[in-house]
Amino acid sequence: MTLLNAESVTGGYGREVVIKDISFSTTSGSFVGIIGPNGAGKTTFLRMLSRVLHPASGRITVDGKDIYKMPVKEFAASVAFVSSESGVIFPFTCLEIVMMGRFPYLHPLRGESEKDIEAVERAIEMTDCSGFVSRQIDQLSAGERQRVFIARALAQEPRLIFLDEPTSHLDISHQVQILDLIKDLSERGNITIVAVFHDLNLASEYCDTLMLMDGGRIAALGTPKEVISYELIEKVYKTVVVVRDNPVSGKPYVLLAPRIKRKGGLT
Amino acid sequence: MQVREASQISRKRGRKAFIIAAAILVMVAAVSVYFGAAKIGLLSALTDMDKRILGLRAGRILLALTVGGGLSVAGVILQGLMRNPLCEPYVLGISSGAALGAVISTIVLGVQSFLGLSALPIWAFLGAVAAFIVVYRISEVNGRIPIQNLLLTGVIVGAVLSSVVIFLVSFSDKEYLHTVMWWLLGNLQIFDMKLLLSVMVIVITAVVLAALNSRELNAISLGEEEAAHLGVDIEKTKKRLFIIASVITGAAVSAAGMIGFVGLIVPHFVRLLIGANHRAVIPVSFIAGGAFLIFCDFIARMVMVPAEVPVGVITALCGGPFFLYLLRKRSRIR
Repeated sequence: MTLLNAESVTGGYGREVVIKDISFSTTSGSFVGIIGPNGAGKTTFLRMLSRVLHPASGRITVDGKDIYKMPVKEFAASVAFVSSESGVIFPFTCLEIVMMGRFPYLHPLRGESEKDIEAVERAIEMTDCSGFVSRQIDQLSAGERQRVFIARALAQEPRLIFLDEPTSHLDISHQVQILDLIKDLSERGNITIVAVFHDLNLASEYCDTLMLMDGGRIAALGTPKEVISYELIEKVYKTVVVVRDNPVSGKPYVLLAPRIKRKGGLT
Repeated sequence: MQVREASQISRKRGRKAFIIAAAILVMVAAVSVYFGAAKIGLLSALTDMDKRILGLRAGRILLALTVGGGLSVAGVILQGLMRNPLCEPYVLGISSGAALGAVISTIVLGVQSFLGLSALPIWAFLGAVAAFIVVYRISEVNGRIPIQNLLLTGVIVGAVLSSVVIFLVSFSDKEYLHTVMWWLLGNLQIFDMKLLLSVMVIVITAVVLAALNSRELNAISLGEEEAAHLGVDIEKTKKRLFIIASVITGAAVSAAGMIGFVGLIVPHFVRLLIGANHRAVIPVSFIAGGAFLIFCDFIARMVMVPAEVPVGVITALCGGPFFLYLLRKRSRIR
């Protein structure tokens, strides 16, 4: 069943058109990766899908409802967002950050109900954050911090989570940890994931569907096997690469070929 | 279970901080009512004169509570809204508008009263409203208020209005100069009770409205897009909070002049002690800011008896070093 649907979405910033006539849809429970070179419009498209940047034309629906006509709280109760790194400058505790995910459900005059506490508890358990609920967010490592923000997204009890380069500030062990968690959410929690990736290999390894963007358009859409081919990647990124299959997972991965070696210059 | 416990503990901590702050406030107020230039016998019966003096001091303490608490809450709102720890109520240009209104009424027009109230605070409030309208209009773009625009517009409008104030002051007669300088430096003397009452009603209403928006402020202090993703209607919320902070600032400055430092330092002080959750920070800042200004005013009255030192001098002299001490101590613990 289609959950998220974008129909000929076009737009950008002011007069500058960044996204050109993109149509795209995804079913619930899938894990979609958006990849492409810098300036291809990945983040801009994600901002349009997440109701931050109004497209100039086209229609985006979640569950058949136009997202720009939904009340803002109703939207936040079904769609959450995790950015690559949040600059928290005030000394909030992790619990306070996760509790903010309940905003769409809370009444201004009332405190948190039993239901809110339960949702927060579940989110903290799923992301394995219970060891540091009372710690201040700025005292945590980057990996722990990212888990707290994923917990906040889960506390919104969404059907769809957008992530903008969720692992770009993390080392490889934390990258795997976070992406395993996200994968688990999409498979067992039936939450749809749409994430922007810089790292082609992570995207290929974890996503069911990849959307390769180039110049504000979709250059390719399909399974990692279909999209991560050296012809497509070389054409879009304008650089020479080698594509092989991961012996463990069978997913394609991309190797770089430095120009100096290709020419045989220094060897 | 950890979540439940942690949320109970933090709620308890907030309540405890509020009670402690309130207890300090009551103590400071009690001392401040009793001591002053004129001595009052505690054991002997109160004379009529004593009663009148106590009444004046009580009014002054209420004004200090309202102004100190109000400016602190305005500082909390603006620091959170702009995500800038250097923000304080006077960056918006509202206070400079009030100063210009006050200077115009005293120096240019020489008016003494207006509808039975003393004219200066009324003119100051009108100046604040005018400055608010100018800042709001200039920073608005297509119905939105980009926060950088607001901050820059506020600072620049403030600077322009301040230079007009200095221009007018530099050409004024000596007799007005003293009045105006005293007002500009901040002064908690009560002009009349009607004024006190109206300022209290305005400021307390605005503080309650601010407290009702504390969850929105929590979310916005993480960033506007973050708040939008959590379901906050950011443009409406920003406007609402900006208006609340402006009303508080305008009313406080009109009644007591430009008392500096309270709105900058009290929010930081409170956050250092109890964390960032605005549901606790707003009420505790109101009480702590009130207590702090009552204390500073008490010092200002007592340090050179019977003369008074401008209270703004004391707020900076007492508050600055104490705050730096606290900051050092805290960062060493971490």
